[in-house]
Parts: sequence; structure tokens; C-alpha cells
Amino acid sequence: MKQSITLGKVTNFVGLGFLSTLKDLFTGKLEREDLKNVLRKTVVPLASMLLFIGLWHLGAKSLYNIEAEFKIEKALTDQGPEAADALRSCIASGDSSCQPNTLPSPSQVWDSYKSLLRDHNIIKADKAAFIEKTAVLNEKRLAEGKDAITYTGRPSFVDQIFRSLKTVFAGFLLALFIAVPLGIFIGLSPTLKSAFNWFIQIFKPVSPVVWYLLVFMIVKTLLIDSSEDSSFTISFISVGFCSMWATLVNTAMGVATVDKDYINVAKVLKLGPFQKIFKVVLPSSLPLIFTGLKITLSVAWMVLIAIELLAQSPGLGLFVWEEFQNGANDSNAKIIVAMFVIGIIGFLLDRIMLTIQNWVSFDKTEGI
Amino acid sequence: MAYLELNNIYKTYGKGENEPEVLSNINLSIEEGEFVAIVGFTGSGKTTLVNLINGLITPTKGEVLFKGEPVMGTSHERGVIFQNYSLLPWLTVGQNVYMAVKEAFPKKSKAELHAIVADYVEMVSLTPAINKRPKELSGGMRQRVSVARALAMKPEMIIMDEPLGALDALTRGNLQDEILNIWGKDKRTALLITNDVDEGIYMADRIIPLRPGPNATLGPEFKIDIERPRDKTEMNDNPNFKKTRNAIIEYLMDIGNERKTEAKEAIVLPDLSPKDFVNQF
Ligand SMILES: Nc1ncnc2c1ncn2[C@@H]1O[C@H](COP(=O)(O)OP(=O)(O)OP(=O)(O)O)[C@@H](O)[C@H]1O
Ligand SMILES: [Mg+2]
Repeated sequence: MKQSITLGKVTNFVGLGFLSTLKDLFTGKLEREDLKNVLRKTVVPLASMLLFIGLWHLGAKSLYNIEAEFKIEKALTDQGPEAADALRSCIASGDSSCQPNTLPSPSQVWDSYKSLLRDHNIIKADKAAFIEKTAVLNEKRLAEGKDAITYTGRPSFVDQIFRSLKTVFAGFLLALFIAVPLGIFIGLSPTLKSAFNWFIQIFKPVSPVVWYLLVFMIVKTLLIDSSEDSSFTISFISVGFCSMWATLVNTAMGVATVDKDYINVAKVLKLGPFQKIFKVVLPSSLPLIFTGLKITLSVAWMVLIAIELLAQSPGLGLFVWEEFQNGANDSNAKIIVAMFVIGIIGFLLDRIMLTIQNWVSFDKTEGI
Repeated sequence: MAYLELNNIYKTYGKGENEPEVLSNINLSIEEGEFVAIVGFTGSGKTTLVNLINGLITPTKGEVLFKGEPVMGTSHERGVIFQNYSLLPWLTVGQNVYMAVKEAFPKKSKAELHAIVADYVEMVSLTPAINKRPKELSGGMRQRVSVARALAMKPEMIIMDEPLGALDALTRGNLQDEILNIWGKDKRTALLITNDVDEGIYMADRIIPLRPGPNATLGPEFKIDIERPRDKTEMNDNPNFKKTRNAIIEYLMDIGNERKTEAKEAIVLPDLSPKDFVNQF
């Protein structure tokens, strides 16, 4: 009993409240009036998911037909009836060399997903074997003061995901360390606010592509002596600059609009400036700061794909771009897999931030 | 020279010429060790008066003198119990009080500070809730934390803005005694804002009504000549108590009625609107 309460609390807290309702459904602890609620929260989303997949399937099929007809028609006018017939039977046979290139169906995407996983397992095994093989040699090289030999094989899809996550976290941390302190200063000082306001207003709407180019211009020159690949540096800095604005604005606003009652308390207790900032101003603006950070993280994840693509920095963005360029038979399906992975990870990141946000926030009326 | 002196105070919020004067021509002097209560209707400017004295706001005209010096800001010598509790919601009961105590006694050791916190939290009977956050407390409990926080700083002058409003009669009585106790111990000075005449009579040496705003000003004072320590039940039979109580209530009812008739007159105003104002339509 106690455990189920805590579970309910936790799931509600992270915004997955329907899980606990679902659990109640199976443990038979359900009141009559709850039933409607359960239906709404579990059956309806499932039904709409199925509907979505069905529509997608039908849509993909009709696009496939349009593309196939067009191809056959073209073969007929260009090369004559025999070529058209040959193409028709080739398409019907499912041969991969002549398939129409269009929106893949759900089952094709599912197959690609499995093949990407298989590919990942192969690469993982390969990598493990490589590490084992070079272990002794590397030890010797290290002892001699040489660099170890590292695995340079092709990264798998899962590796790309982790690289993207790494870039996004680096960018997010950069945004955090720039925007929060700066936001605090701007919020505290009206002078700084007017000094920075134009800057924020002008740079906030700048598109990720332009940020990338700007960062590229600067970092390229700064790292001119370094032989290392700067694509990661450039992409995480661009991500940070694109996404930090929400945090900057929210922090400044939270700090500038602390409840007057709290300020009065600080005055009556005669808190020093540091105490006032750390004990009153910051705690009271934490909820707004975290709202900003939540937006920052989702923006960071959203622009990441475009920036990786531009920067040729390994990750999901580059994966999508390479698949698009390579135009293999299952490329489109792989792109759709990447799309879902991007969406789901974005959703999870958002949930994590929401959880932290719920945790630090308090009701404004609580102390009053 | 009085301990606290307010000379010809006027207070207007905002800067415009047409801003209404909340307080007009307030004159008040409180001697050291005195307990003064101010009663007034809601919105009459009581909190404004309190904030002028504790130094959170400055008067538009006139001066506030504390021990002969003009009040320039807040001071630990004047402790405040806010009307709206103003607890910090991210701190527990103990932490809210601790923060105040630490500021008031920067030289004391941590253990001493914690002992003071424990004492005062115990005094408002919140020891079981010492680790709770304000959101887990009832309104009355929050008010008691606010009382503990102000008193724990051991201010020379205690300024209380309707400090016991949200409490039931029993708790209220207990806290009244605690406040009187603390006030009497080192002969501190106290200013109590209240809307309860009986509370004022029980606790104060003098009661001064604040006439309703705008342009609120202090009415004639009523001295309470009842020996301390006072006893609630005995007091009811005291002829002095009855006389004072009736006088104050009569006075308040009179100004209440005045306010009503003024409001009625205000409604008859429409045909007085300026010509060009009408012409605009
Ligand atoms: N910061 C402010 N800015 C403008 N007007 C204010 C401000 N604070 C108070 N007032 C006005 O001053 C008048 C008196 O307010 P005040 O809070 O002092 O009343 P009060 O007697 O404490 O009322 P209550 O018994 O409800 O607490 C009100 O008309 C109010 O609208
Ligand atoms: Mg008030």
C-alpha cells in the first residue's frame, strides 16, 4: 500500500500520472468514476497512435503508387513499352534496385530500426575485439610515451545518439554558465539591463544557421594553431548561443521581480547584499530560472540537428544528412527512425527538466 | 524627548499631484517602555503607518524620529511582525527563524543561535513543525512563525501589524500573554496595530484610533488605566474597562457612520461633472 502511494506520487511528479492510473486498473483498485478517466488517459492515446500509424501507412502507400506510376510512365515515353513492362515487374518483385523513392511505410521504418540496432551490435562487437586486440600494444605504447591506438571505425547509430547528447549537454552547460550569472546581474541592476537590452533583443531572434556561421568565423581563427577537429567545439558553442536566451531573459526577469514581501523581509532583517542575493533573491527566482532552462534545453536539442549538419560534427544531424545524401534504398526509412529518436529524446529531456522544475518550485502564496 | 516621535507626517504613494494622501498630519509620540495600540478600519493606512515607523518607506512630508534620530531605514532595534506573515517559502520554520536570529546576533555561536530558535519556536508551540515548510502550515501557524521570528531578534521596540488576526481565541490569548511577557521583561516598547478593541484594551497603555483614509489622521487617544498584570475575566467587571471600551466603540461607530454618509454624498455627485467633460460625448 505504502509503496503504491509513493509510486503514484513519483509518476505524477514526473508528469507520467497515467502510469499510476494504469497500475490501479490492473490491481483492481478502481472506483467507478475513475473508469472514464482511465479510458481517457490510456485507451484514447493508444487509439490515436494506431490511427496515426494507419493513416501513415495509407499515405505512404498512395505516395508509393504515385511515384511508381510516374516512373513507369517515364520509362514508357523514354524507352518504349518493353522497358516499362520490365520496370513494372521489377517494382512488383520488390527488388531494391528499382523501388520508388518516397515516404517509407511504418513497417519499412520498423525494419530499418531493427537493422540499425543489428548494425550497432556488430560495430560494438568489432570495437570490443579491437580494444582487446590492441590492449597489450597500447600499454606498451603508453609506457613508451606514445599515444594509444584508438578505434577509428564507423560510428553506429547508437554512438551517434550519444555524441548528439554530448554536444547538447555541452551546449546546455555553456548556456547555463553564461545565461544564469549574466541574467542575475542584469536583473539586479537596471543600468546593466539597459546596457544589455538592445543586445538581447537583437541577438535573440538570430537563426541557428547564422549563429553557427558566426561561431565558425571566430573559433576557426582562435583554434588556428590546433590540429584537432574543431567541429565539436563549434557545434556545441553554437548550440549554447542559440539556446541561452530563454534562460537569460527568465533569470533576469525572476531576479528583477522578486515578491515585495520577501524584499521587505530582507530589509527588516538587514541582510547584506550577498545574503540577500543567495538567501532571498535567487531562491525566489529559481522557478523562473528553471522554466528558462527547460526552454533552453528543448531549443538546444531542436537546433542541434541543424548545427551538426552544418558543422559536419558527428551525431544525429550528420546521420540524417549522410543518409539523405547517400540515397540508398532504406535511407528514407532510416531518416524517419532518426526523426522518432530525436522526438522521443526531446520529450524525455523535457520531462527531466519538468521534474527538476517541479522540485524547486514553490507556490508564491505559500509564505503569505 | 519621546522614544519614538512622528511629526506632521504626510504620506502619498506615487509622485503625481493628484495622488491621494493616504496619511495626513499624523502626530504621535511614544515613550520608552510604553505599549501603544492603534485601531482602525481596513484600508485606513495602518500598514502604511507601520512601514513608515519601521523604515521600509519614507514620509512624503514630516519626520519620524527614533530615539531622537531620523529613521533612515530599517534597524534591528525595531522588530516587525508583518500583517501578511512574509515567511520565505523555501525555508523551514526553523530556518526562517534562524535566518533572523543569525542577523540579529552575528557574534553568537551556531549552538547558541539554534538554542534561541528552539526557544522561540517552542514559545509559539510549533516545535513539532520546526522542520516543515510554510506551505505545510495553516494560516495561524504561519502567523505564529512570523511572531517567533520577530521576537527572537529581541528588538528594543516591537512593531506589530495585526499580528494575531488569523488565530482562534485561545491561541490568540496565549500569544497575547507571551507578547506582554516579552514586552514587560526588559521594559521594551511596543506598537500594536489591531482591529480588535478588546485586544487593544487588554494589552496597551493607550489606544489611538486611526480615522479612515484617504487623509487618515489619528483620533483622540484613550488611556487604559487598568493595573497590570491584567486578567481577562476580572477585567470584564472593572468599571474603568467598561467605560473605556464603550467610549472607544462609540467613537469608532461615529467615524464609521461619517464614512457612510460621505460615501452616500459621493454618489449624488454626477450633475457636478465639468462641462467640457460632458461635451466630449
Ligand atoms: N504601495 C502602495 N502603492 C499605492 N497605494 C498604496 C500602496 N500601499 C497601500 N496603498 C494604499 O494606501 C491605503 C492604505 O493602505 P494600508 O495597507 O496602509 O491599509 P491598512 O489600514 O493596513 O489596511 P488593512 O487593515 O486592510 O491591512 C489604501 O488605500 C491602499 O490602496
Ligand atoms: Mg494593513
